[in-house]
Amino acid sequence: MNALRILPEIVFTLGGILVMLADALLPKSRPRKPLGWLAVLCALAALAASFWQAQLPPGTAYYGVVQTDAFSVFFHVLIAGIVLASLLITLDAVSPETEGLGELFALMQFGAVGMMLMSSAVELLLVFVALEISSISTYIMAGYRRKSAKSPESALKYFLLGSFATSFFLYGIALIFGATGTTRIDAIAASIAQAVAGARIDPLLYIGLAMIIIGLGFKVSAAPFHVWTPDVYEGAPSPVVALMSTGPKAAAFAVLLRIAYGALPQLHDHWVPILWWLAVISMTIGNLGALRQRNVKRMLAYSSIAHAGYILVAFTALSPDGIAAASFYAVSYAAMNVGIFAIVSHTGGYDDHLTLIDDYRGLAYASPLLAAVMAFFLISLIGIPFTGGFFGKFYVFSAALHSGMVWLTIIGLINSGIAAFYYLRVVAALYSEPTGASPIMAVERPSFPLLLAIFLTAAATLILGIVPGNVLHAAQAAAQTYSSVSTPSR
Amino acid sequence: MLTDHILTLITFVPTAGAIVVAFLPRRGRAIQWFTLLVVLATFVLSLHLPAHFNARQNGFQFEENSPWITSPAIRYHLGVDGLSLWLVLLATFLGPIGVLVSWRAIHERTKEFYFLFLLQQTAMIGVFVALDLFLYYGFWELSLVPMAILIALFGPNRGRQTAIKFFLYTFIPSALFLVAILYLYAKAGTFDFVQLQSALAAGSLGITPQALSWLSLAFLVAFAVKVPIFPLHGWLSDVIQEAPTAMAMVVAGKLGLYSIFRFNLGLFPEQARAIAPLMIVLAVIGILYGALIALAQTDMKRLIAYSILGNLSFCILGIFCFALAGLNGAVFQTLNEGLTGSALLVLVTLLYERYHTCDMTLYGGLAARLPWLATLFVITSLALIGLPLFNGFIGEFLVLSGSFASHPRWVAAATLGVILSASYMLWMVQRIFYGRESSLSLNHPAPDLNFREHITLWPMAILMLAMGVLSPYWIRGIQSGVLQFPAIAERQAHGANYVLMHATPAPPDPAHVTGGGPR
Repeated sequence: MNALRILPEIVFTLGGILVMLADALLPKSRPRKPLGWLAVLCALAALAASFWQAQLPPGTAYYGVVQTDAFSVFFHVLIAGIVLASLLITLDAVSPETEGLGELFALMQFGAVGMMLMSSAVELLLVFVALEISSISTYIMAGYRRKSAKSPESALKYFLLGSFATSFFLYGIALIFGATGTTRIDAIAASIAQAVAGARIDPLLYIGLAMIIIGLGFKVSAAPFHVWTPDVYEGAPSPVVALMSTGPKAAAFAVLLRIAYGALPQLHDHWVPILWWLAVISMTIGNLGALRQRNVKRMLAYSSIAHAGYILVAFTALSPDGIAAASFYAVSYAAMNVGIFAIVSHTGGYDDHLTLIDDYRGLAYASPLLAAVMAFFLISLIGIPFTGGFFGKFYVFSAALHSGMVWLTIIGLINSGIAAFYYLRVVAALYSEPTGASPIMAVERPSFPLLLAIFLTAAATLILGIVPGNVLHAAQAAAQTYSSVSTPSR
Repeated sequence: MLTDHILTLITFVPTAGAIVVAFLPRRGRAIQWFTLLVVLATFVLSLHLPAHFNARQNGFQFEENSPWITSPAIRYHLGVDGLSLWLVLLATFLGPIGVLVSWRAIHERTKEFYFLFLLQQTAMIGVFVALDLFLYYGFWELSLVPMAILIALFGPNRGRQTAIKFFLYTFIPSALFLVAILYLYAKAGTFDFVQLQSALAAGSLGITPQALSWLSLAFLVAFAVKVPIFPLHGWLSDVIQEAPTAMAMVVAGKLGLYSIFRFNLGLFPEQARAIAPLMIVLAVIGILYGALIALAQTDMKRLIAYSILGNLSFCILGIFCFALAGLNGAVFQTLNEGLTGSALLVLVTLLYERYHTCDMTLYGGLAARLPWLATLFVITSLALIGLPLFNGFIGEFLVLSGSFASHPRWVAAATLGVILSASYMLWMVQRIFYGRESSLSLNHPAPDLNFREHITLWPMAILMLAMGVLSPYWIRGIQSGVLQFPAIAERQAHGANYVLMHATPAPPDPAHVTGGGPR
């Protein structure tokens, strides 16, 4: 029953092929929106399949390259949810004359297959293939607005830097294979444990570790590998940014967790300091960079760099709580970030022409609902209690402090204090009086799919802040997959 | 039983109201009436507390304690003692006042206003009743958000900048406060106030004295900004000027002072004593500085802001002298400040609604035209400057008499502040209501108080008098709370009457020893 272990991936693959075929066979004149709803149905089915996988006994399939366990289920559910919400946002953001919609709906599903596989693959070559599936789909999606100048530019930039980073990742795999003779995660750990016991660690291993961190650092947009982020987020269509700022990131963090805690726990003396610095630099550069942005999408890009930093903080805790905190944070970040991009996408219009902070002045007058929900997401991004953003941050820093990372916690929380400033500027803009005939006053009424996306993400953000119990349990169960880190070794 | 969850009800009835407000139609006055109903209901519910409060019982009352999140171990733990009892009442009492004073002043975006107003009520009440540090921190931070958004929305001139300034002023120290909370949790494995208190008192957590001082400092700075205490008061006058009256009434004082009491004295008594000399100096500077700056103001709201700063510094003085009378007085004075400060702001708002200026040099001779408003203004001013028979007198007397024995020089200087505050208040009354009628009042004939304004102001005026005459009723509850602070309870048991020295034989602190006092 190997296939059951990749059931959500199968659902998305079939869904993607179905949408693509239908797109090719339907006459050109027919609208493509129903294909989007078809994709939404597939996402729902994949979500259900992911939940269903929770009751499978943990185990591997296909000669041990894919592993379903609490960890993979956690990220499968998250990714299915992200793709579902992104599809709904896309349905709102298309005008009848948008070209290539069918492809977009198919690509989102293919991308999801890659992201999901990333979280369940326990063989580095498969991880690499999954990473490529997810990345290539995202490159194309970033450029789907062919007529605008920015969208293809963003796609090209993303593609060039992205493939550069993937090659680092591949090179890292090769070096680790050279040092250990295997690409299976558990076998690598065993081989390193032997080497450590015999005090004969191959130096290639360290270079491989560094290469992998560079490759994944790019994917999660951690500083100093973040340079592409603002440009790509600014140029890419907002619904796509909603997906690519959360889905591939969550998947890349899942891979980093698998590799750091599954394959290389013995080397933590080496990777903890690296991630410590990456966390500090990401939080600081992200927040300071965001302070001077005037474009909301660029600001959110810098903010996503900072949030990657917060998640990296959890990595340094070296404890089950740290892993659970990183996973939990990925969920709460996804909820609030997809939510805010839903609104950015809607208010920006079909071609994202309203993206400056000043453009948002007076949104509260034009649409009290959109403004209120956007303010709520911003408050969650600041990290005010009773929102998912706060609980995530709280849990991450609690885990870090528990492992004695006092300075990292202080730096991180001061950073979140600074971050409040740029989020607040947007909140203040939302609620100030509009300037004369501001185009924001003509914002359209949100369509049904958008309302649904906003409702789902806002409800998730609120639930994660007030009754996070269930998600927390799932995250803690996922963390138990790595029994080797049950005791922090400091 | 409903009364088993009385604190939950009091805390969350406003939230439930806020959710309903979000769905009410914007037209008409439905939102106002409904909000008034909700805050009145909350007030009535809160009356249950003093009616069933047992001043002779130790520990917290009306407790609710159930697990909220298992890991990390966060509990839903609420309770009040003599310290928080009257503060909860103050918060619920000011609720209807806030709605009534906004009745006409807030005429657009009413839905946003009353939604956020009700959330603010929940946050404030929650701060007073939460006994789990995580829950407490939640309410503490939550109390920032509605306030900041309302300032941004309704600030007449520099709303946006003031809101951001206010938010950052309070939010950044709160980040370090959160570090301190997380540190305590990492050591103790609990956020529960009662458990933390006994663990810290027993010294069983293995936290070094140095770390403890940093922890207490992180707590203190976050609270000091919110009070505000002297060098951290930069936001106060701007916020008082820009915030809608209902918010300006509650922005300063009680939340921060209560928290200093509860956490700095409750969890870190040793460290609070160590820093007391500094705090007393800051308090006295705050009293004098506030009074002197207030003397120089011509804008009524700014004058009130600085008078609030002076009055709050009195509370700080009372707290950090560690004398029973001073501590009682500090809590009592916190209530006074909440009451009289609010009444003054309401009165100034009524003047502003009539004449559209806060510049008191433009006013003059209003007493003849607005006799009721003048009467209430004078009553409030007298209460504020501490005339006997009024609440202010009791509070100031207790603070000064409690702290005089240990710090005679500083207290003498603080007494000067009492005189100065009398002069700026009476000067303001004289400028506005007496003397020759100004062209402003001649050109803008305005009516005296209407029915709504009467029922806004009289409860406060009556309470000022009642708290002055019947003060033992309040003090009894307050003292039962104050006596529970570990060091103080111990001193009482040993028969020390007023000045409380170091509970444990620690190296003598010169500031305390020179003060002397019966040991």
